[in-house]
Amino acid sequence: MRAARILLAIKTRRDERRAHGGAMPLVPAASISGRALVTVIAIMTFLAGLTAGAAQLVASASSDWRSSVATEITIQVRPVGGRPVDPDVARAAGLARATEGVESVRAYTREESERLLEPWLGTGLAFDELPIPRLIVVKLKDGQTADLAGLRKALSDQVRNAVLDDHRVWVQRLATMAQTIVVIALCVLALVLVATALAVAFATRGAMAGNRDIIEVLHFVGASDGYIADEFQSHFLRLGFEGGALGGGAAVLFFIVARAATAAWTATPGGDQIEALFGSFALGWAGYLSVVVVAIFTALLTGLVSRGTVRRTLRTIA
Amino acid sequence: MVRFENVGLRYGMGPEILRDLSFSIEPRSFQFLTGPSGAGKTTLLRLILLSLRPTRGLIGLFGHDVSRLDKDTLTGLRRRMGVVFQDFRLLDHLTLYENVALPLRVQGKDESSYRAEVTEFLRWVGLGERIHAFPPVLSGGEKQRAAIARALIVKPDLLLADEPTGNLDPSLARRLLRLFMELNRLGTAVVIATHDIALMDQHDDARRLVLGEGRLHIYE
Repeated sequence: MRAARILLAIKTRRDERRAHGGAMPLVPAASISGRALVTVIAIMTFLAGLTAGAAQLVASASSDWRSSVATEITIQVRPVGGRPVDPDVARAAGLARATEGVESVRAYTREESERLLEPWLGTGLAFDELPIPRLIVVKLKDGQTADLAGLRKALSDQVRNAVLDDHRVWVQRLATMAQTIVVIALCVLALVLVATALAVAFATRGAMAGNRDIIEVLHFVGASDGYIADEFQSHFLRLGFEGGALGGGAAVLFFIVARAATAAWTATPGGDQIEALFGSFALGWAGYLSVVVVAIFTALLTGLVSRGTVRRTLRTIA
Repeated sequence: MVRFENVGLRYGMGPEILRDLSFSIEPRSFQFLTGPSGAGKTTLLRLILLSLRPTRGLIGLFGHDVSRLDKDTLTGLRRRMGVVFQDFRLLDHLTLYENVALPLRVQGKDESSYRAEVTEFLRWVGLGERIHAFPPVLSGGEKQRAAIARALIVKPDLLLADEPTGNLDPSLARRLLRLFMELNRLGTAVVIATHDIALMDQHDDARRLVLGEGRLHIYE
């Protein structure tokens, strides 16, 4: 057991030496506090990475909800005075097709309109006597502003029993809800980042506490303050990147697995619900980038806190 | 080389533990700093080493008033001094060779330029066979000699040693004293803090700085 420990210590020192191009690092790399710090950084980076990715996911999903509702409008043609409604439907559809920014127009047939009511009224009823309105679904072109005001005016002039519904109320409600969700997600991300910064800062200072002797010795053998600060900063930066890579990598892996899982569940009721809420868990490059940025942020923070601690310690020595 | 003028030191609002110290250490001189335990020998060495600032008085080091110097200049002055700590202060994760080479390494020197010299120094203090050993497996005497080698490797103008023979048997203590005297002959001023009267008696010619009740008495 003792022999194994000594062999492990020799191997660790050889690895450290190799990593430093032959010279042993002045700050011991494989200390217990160093391992604990890497673990704290990895966990906090993972949580912050998940939050950043989730915020990104929610933002893009809410944008999808809005755009899918906002790119569709409906024209409702009501039967009036017992005369046939088909000519009015055809005229309204024609006006819609002629409007700028419209991609496609689809008028529901009488049978299709009746089928829409079946969930509420049941099947087997005679709809002939009912004044069932007919629907025309108009899809708008992406990225273009359709002349809805012109269409509304044309309809009121030429097809007086037609009503244009541009879902504005729904879009506004969805927009408000989506913005609220994004703001909440950003607030949670900010809180997690602050918690990460504090946890990493305190863990770094804790790990530094065991190194005061080394700082003092380096100071008394003639090392400049900048040299000592650089040694510690590069050591802790390395620990930061190690922990950041572990935590960030785990967060990225989580999103990849989550995406694969939702893809596998597609067409099941649960899978459809998740997809309706979060899309296909496709994070996109911006999402993955945010995870990487969080990992780099924690690594840089670790290096900077260690530098600050060294400077403070040196001020107490001399 | 070192000049103290009416230097006093107190910690916080406490009483002055060193009072009106006025003395100088000349180049190539050899002196023992002695006094009872708790008299302030280590504190005085720390004042010379610039790790403590006096609460009053003036300290001059290598011709500079230390209160007016910037950090880079202070680092430069520190490099002209070698120090042997009472508790050795070796870095446990470095080998003896790396510990002794530390003062040269932190100056940015290339290892190939000092490898032979460090090895020679370790042989000189009797640690030639333990170059690759780590401090935790060494005896107190071996650690002491490694600490001395580390202090001397930069060939300092001034050597400060705090109880350097405290962990050594009498024969090894005599050998190390001869080493300090040889270094002194080569041009280094030496200050050895000790309360080992037998050690001081072996070098009768040395100046004695005796600390007692916060004041310094000098016997040339």
